[in-house]
Amino acid sequence: MGFECAKNNAILSKLATNEEHGENSPYFDGWKAYDNDPFHPLKNPNGVIQMGLAENQLCFDLIEEWIKRNPKASICSNEGIKSFKAIANFQDYHGLPEFRRAIAKFMEKTRGGRVRFDPERVVMAGGATGANESIIFCLADPGDAFLVPSPYYPAFNRDLRWRTGVQLIPIHCESSNNFQITAKAVKEAYENAQKSNIKVKGLILTNPSNPLGTTLDKHTLKSLLNFTNQHNLHLVCDEIYAATVFDMPQFVSIAEILEDNEMSHCNKDLVHIVYSLSKDMGLPGFRIGIIYSFNDAVVSCARKMSSFGLVSTQTQHFLAAMLNDEKFVVNYLAESARRLANRHKHFTNGLEEVGITCLKNNAGLFCWMDLRKLLRDSTFDSEMSLWRVIINDVKLNVSPGSSFDCQEPGWFRVCFANMDDGTVDIALARIRRFVGVKKSGDESNAMEKKQQWKKNNLRLSFSKRMYDESVLSPLSSPIPHSPLVR
Amino acid sequence: MGSETSGNSNNKSVVVLSKLATNEQHGENSPYFDGWKAYDNDSFHLVNNPNGVIQMGLAENQLSVDLVEEWIMRNPNASICTNEGIESFRRIVNFQDYHGLPEFTTAIAKYLGKTRQGKVKFDPKRVVMAGGATGANETLIFCLADPGDAFLVPSPYYPGFNRDLRWRTGIQLLPISCTSSNNFKITIEAVQEAYQNAQQANINVKGLILTNPSNPLGTMLDRDTLKKLLTFTSQHNIHLVCDEIYAATVFDAPQFISIAEIIDDDEIRNHCINKDLVHIVSSLSKDMGFPGFRVGIVYSFNDDVVNCARKMSSFGLVSTQTQHLLASMLSDGEFVEEFLIESVKRLRKRHEKFTNGLEEVGIKCLKGNAGLYCWMDLRPMLKEPTFDAEMSLWKLIINDVKLNVSPGSSFNCPEAGWFRVCFANIDDQTVEIALARIRMFVDANNNVNENGVVKNKQQWKKNKLRLNFSNGKYDENAMNMMSPNSPIPISPLVRARN
Repeated sequence: MGFECAKNNAILSKLATNEEHGENSPYFDGWKAYDNDPFHPLKNPNGVIQMGLAENQLCFDLIEEWIKRNPKASICSNEGIKSFKAIANFQDYHGLPEFRRAIAKFMEKTRGGRVRFDPERVVMAGGATGANESIIFCLADPGDAFLVPSPYYPAFNRDLRWRTGVQLIPIHCESSNNFQITAKAVKEAYENAQKSNIKVKGLILTNPSNPLGTTLDKHTLKSLLNFTNQHNLHLVCDEIYAATVFDMPQFVSIAEILEDNEMSHCNKDLVHIVYSLSKDMGLPGFRIGIIYSFNDAVVSCARKMSSFGLVSTQTQHFLAAMLNDEKFVVNYLAESARRLANRHKHFTNGLEEVGITCLKNNAGLFCWMDLRKLLRDSTFDSEMSLWRVIINDVKLNVSPGSSFDCQEPGWFRVCFANMDDGTVDIALARIRRFVGVKKSGDESNAMEKKQQWKKNNLRLSFSKRMYDESVLSPLSSPIPHSPLVR
Repeated sequence: MGSETSGNSNNKSVVVLSKLATNEQHGENSPYFDGWKAYDNDSFHLVNNPNGVIQMGLAENQLSVDLVEEWIMRNPNASICTNEGIESFRRIVNFQDYHGLPEFTTAIAKYLGKTRQGKVKFDPKRVVMAGGATGANETLIFCLADPGDAFLVPSPYYPGFNRDLRWRTGIQLLPISCTSSNNFKITIEAVQEAYQNAQQANINVKGLILTNPSNPLGTMLDRDTLKKLLTFTSQHNIHLVCDEIYAATVFDAPQFISIAEIIDDDEIRNHCINKDLVHIVSSLSKDMGFPGFRVGIVYSFNDDVVNCARKMSSFGLVSTQTQHLLASMLSDGEFVEEFLIESVKRLRKRHEKFTNGLEEVGIKCLKGNAGLYCWMDLRPMLKEPTFDAEMSLWKLIINDVKLNVSPGSSFNCPEAGWFRVCFANIDDQTVEIALARIRMFVDANNNVNENGVVKNKQQWKKNKLRLNFSNGKYDENAMNMMSPNSPIPISPLVRARN
């Protein structure tokens, strides 16, 4: 029979057809650019250098050395195979007891031993991604809202909102006070929500901050905790960058604040920590997300939900062994902080040499670069134009502040811990050339230099969409709106 | 006057959590889990606790792990932690792309093909990760249905579906009752009826979810039924989700038939089947015995669903350490074939041993050719054909016979008296002990006199069991049975006399 089949459209869910996963945001465009033309020191030295991914690749050697000394940590080695059966078969969502203990211990160590963590409160999740989503599922209903200081991690839009149906209300922070969270701003955001009849269920902090790379001081933490406590709001502290603090001041966890005598009036049932090993230890592939709640009902609920994203027992077993090795952990944390400090210094010095300043920061795997001076005008359009130039011409994938919901144009997050020293220098050289070209007041000189620079440097291999046409033909069409013009 | 606060007094406001956190929709307070708790309190161990509860409520496959261990010993570079494999460490540990390691998705696609005897080819680009089958099932529902929508599900069905398909997604499950009258087969009439009832009640049915091979029945759907179900769903423009996680546990003829084969069937292609409506859930937890590794797979024939599920996989990706190990193992075609053959052989043997043992004491099971369990017919032992009687019998089995089996009611079975017993998660000796306990139990049951008093119960008890539970779990009727001087007319052990 040859009749035509009239196919009905398969009707999918609203989740599948809305854009709330946020993956069509510009934040991901840089990634795509990189994917099309990734830098490689030998194979593709003119490719795009990935500086948009907050990864910590500085200390793999330490872990590799440990692994060689501890073959039992793997269920696949001769020494460890006898554990294989039990481990492969274990699916209890409480997790391996030794894993929970190891995580609790590690969390203590990354907070300088100033607080204790209870292994019974350690709940697994599918990476920090899963942990953030699960905690929202536990605390809020669709339509409820969470306050979030901005600029903030772009994927919060997916992790906190997409399947949960919760809204995010930004608390805007400004460069005028170094992007600090002020009580005034928090109060304002909260009151505006109230006026719009939006039910605020909580506040989520990222401390240390992504993208700022700064830590919250005790005073601010206390003030925020007082605020949430007073209004009976949940306080979720995403502390996944805790061990990336490489400089003073020391990291202060919300767990410490809770133990402070001054804060004994606060309801612990409202406080929850999200943690992960992706940043502190550079193990994003292992998907180790942790929810640590001071609220028993939340621990219980999150644990049930953890079935949707448990950590592979192969990985639990491995980490339990490694993190229970206290000597290793202490040494690792100290060395990791040292290397991060060095890398940070090297990079920010390099930027300063060409007049680019960053927000002063003591943590994170990135810096918050101030490129306001390079904007044609103080608009997000200019920011986007500048960004395209940086990707296409300078060939660095950095992340524009607008993708973090930053309210001021001109800020960019640059990651520096996911590459080796050689690549850092190449990145700095490219930036130097880019700014150097811009700096020479003589336009034609700049154009000449640009030709030279282009000849030395970059072949453009992107789809036109990414490409700002005006920059391509500098001689024939001087562009009054070029982002390069001061 | 209310609220007085002073110093550190605990005048806390009520902490409000989400509805999800406070409803019971996760289903973990169902009796299904009570047996687990009983087991946790008094776990059988051959040496350390020979009178403990034997776990027969967990569908695990522990029969062929030795084959995997041997493979691992021969292939040290499958691990990123061995001397041979460490050079891959940093690349693997740092990889977080939700497409997964290419070698992993390729190996999974190959494996899916092998477990379907090479009758269909699977496309690695359609392989999407999830947090175990648990995560895969939930993710698919998130992609296909909105809160309030419904999915039809043949019952009896896996109790975890209540949590996995409904809890956070907000959808409803509409059971399609299958009964023993036709060996629990799914009839197209029953499906139509369920669908029409939903329409009449203004419930928006988005799809049908099948578990094939079935949990708890251990049976497989035949080609004709699959075709009819596929045609039905296509005609009504609803999704068809096939949970095929037990595909490689088929130990007897007929061979497993995947929905993937049916789609390619010539006859079907002429019937305007919409492939965009068809989705498969797979996992390595049952076939290979790796539940700890959390390898869930969503395989959809619909590109948009693949994309959406892949974005959602961020919430439950497979650890790259595990992806790497499995990529290596499953791309070893020779190993996979040998494993599947041997695993099935051992399952068949175990199934035979167990069902024979049951038959010797007059206990029948539904004839099945797959799964890690059998569907035991204990209707003759019910005092009356009610779920209350089933629960009483179940408590007896847990407390006296000390076997954790799963009562049919926890699977939403429409008929009382059926129990799922898992047999692939224990060794041969334990199987013998379990069978011996059952034998004793049935003997004792057969010795019940007209007054409902068990003869020789003292003897039986002396040989067997000390009760170690808190009274909370203890069925009072059974307690009374201990003292034959107080004949209990309503004991569940009294055989129903016509």
